[in-house]
Amino acid sequence: MSLKPVGIGLMQGLFVVFKHATRKRITEQYPEERLTVSRRTRAQELVWDPGLCTGCATCVKACPQGNLKVTTSVGPNNNYIVEKFENDEGRCIFCGLCVEACPYEALFFGRRYERSQYSRGELIADKDEMSGDDKERSAYFRPDLYDDLPEQTLLIYRKHKKII
Amino acid sequence: MALKTDLVTLNIGPHHPSTHGVFRMRVTLDGEMVREVEPMFGYLHRGLEKLAEGRTYTQIIPFTDRLDYVSSMQGNWGYCLAVETLAGIEVPERAEYIRMIVSELQRMINHMLAVGFFITDLGAMQTPFLLMFREREKLVDLYEMLCGQRFLYNYMRIGGVSHDLPPEFFPAVTKFMDEFPSYFQEFEDLLIGNEIIQARAIGTGVISAEQAINYSMSGPCLRAANVDWDLRRDAPYSIYDRFKFDVITGKNGDNWDRYRVRMEEVMQSYGIVQQALEQLQEVPPGPVKAKVPNLLRPPVGEVYVAIEAPKGEMGFYIVSDGSIAPYRWHVRSPDFINLGALRDMAIGSKIADLIATLASIDICLGSVDR
Ligand code: SF4
Ligand code: SF4
Repeated sequence: MSLKPVGIGLMQGLFVVFKHATRKRITEQYPEERLTVSRRTRAQELVWDPGLCTGCATCVKACPQGNLKVTTSVGPNNNYIVEKFENDEGRCIFCGLCVEACPYEALFFGRRYERSQYSRGELIADKDEMSGDDKERSAYFRPDLYDDLPEQTLLIYRKHKKII
Repeated sequence: MALKTDLVTLNIGPHHPSTHGVFRMRVTLDGEMVREVEPMFGYLHRGLEKLAEGRTYTQIIPFTDRLDYVSSMQGNWGYCLAVETLAGIEVPERAEYIRMIVSELQRMINHMLAVGFFITDLGAMQTPFLLMFREREKLVDLYEMLCGQRFLYNYMRIGGVSHDLPPEFFPAVTKFMDEFPSYFQEFEDLLIGNEIIQARAIGTGVISAEQAINYSMSGPCLRAANVDWDLRRDAPYSIYDRFKFDVITGKNGDNWDRYRVRMEEVMQSYGIVQQALEQLQEVPPGPVKAKVPNLLRPPVGEVYVAIEAPKGEMGFYIVSDGSIAPYRWHVRSPDFINLGALRDMAIGSKIADLIATLASIDICLGSVDR
């Protein structure tokens, strides 16, 4: 590498920059335009299916953070009744090990990612919040949901003028 | 009248945009010249090594994401490889290829970002950095498709990977591979002939081969000092012996060489990914995870396994007492050790070059402080 006459390298650099001046933008104006997240997304909530859950608490043991809380009582047929099922989403690292561990496939990732709240207490999701009907389920470790979900937007397919 | 000069002590950091995280340097300056540098870290210390002693082997995998968060696939890989060596677990071939592809793509991401940060610290406003970021964003999209998250992947498992590649992955990655060289050439055109970069990078932050070895440096920083050492070639782990690639070395061990070594390694990794994608076509579909009990109890013993992470030799030392959690878990993080050489690289240079040298070492405070 030897130094060229001062200026040529700078002009080359500027030339590359100017080539970008006329191309289409590749970013999105976020709240108005939204991308579709991956089908296997591990977004910021867990969805729980009360019909499938047996209260076995395998998910609790799998969690590295220890932030799932399950309380059960004994039901009429000697089964478990889930009294409390709570996830502190402020402490959850969304690693997915609980979803992976659940032997009855009763725990899912949701696809919602706007979860900010004004206080940490509001981030604790309880039974009702985790099992709402409006929750979209992600196909993370639930491959049978995979095909029904919309396709992810990929930047690589975005139409932007190819430079050079 | 004689001019009287005094040494000035200046604290740079911990909250300073050019320190790449919460890193602090106490610098003694004589005018503009650096006389002494005292790196201080620990602001991001989370005690991961201690925390891991209370977790099962699988639960530690998310922690390895948070070591070097710019290249978390490599952290996953090193850790899983260590546990597999300890417990004698055989990884399915398909999983090996998937690991190879995602990790080499991760190396490309890491090196592009490292160069981007370096150029930014030389004073180029965000243009080159954002060009690199655009390429990274394409790959990060692919990772999201694979494992659901864009940054902290938690993708590998002991004995394989968590998911097989989805069918949409191949067309997307092929398109990326087709387009990447021309985009990459664009960075090269933008940067390589630039006089300012040459003037600022050539001959600054020099470290000799001998010093680099004495500091136990590794990765691109070591190779830039003209030491031909790459664990992928010299102590092949996984299936690296099936791929052809060159080990890039520099000459002088200055900032310019570190920048060039990274840029050329991107293209070497690109070659490896291409070979891996070709060879993967011949691997029949099958399981991507070996049968490993959920509560793994490796035999009593200890193991040290090192991989060539983008920043250098990332090693995992695990002592098992036969229970479900490691007795001791230690990480040799490459950037922590490379950072030790900062003092020798920077003393005698100007303060602006100190910032550039720090950027050229490519540290990630997540793995420096653990
Ligand atoms: S996603 Fe991870 S951290 Fe969150 S509740 Fe499940 S296992 Fe725990
Ligand atoms: S592992 Fe599944 S079935 Fe068991 S308690 Fe958790 S959610 Fe319910």
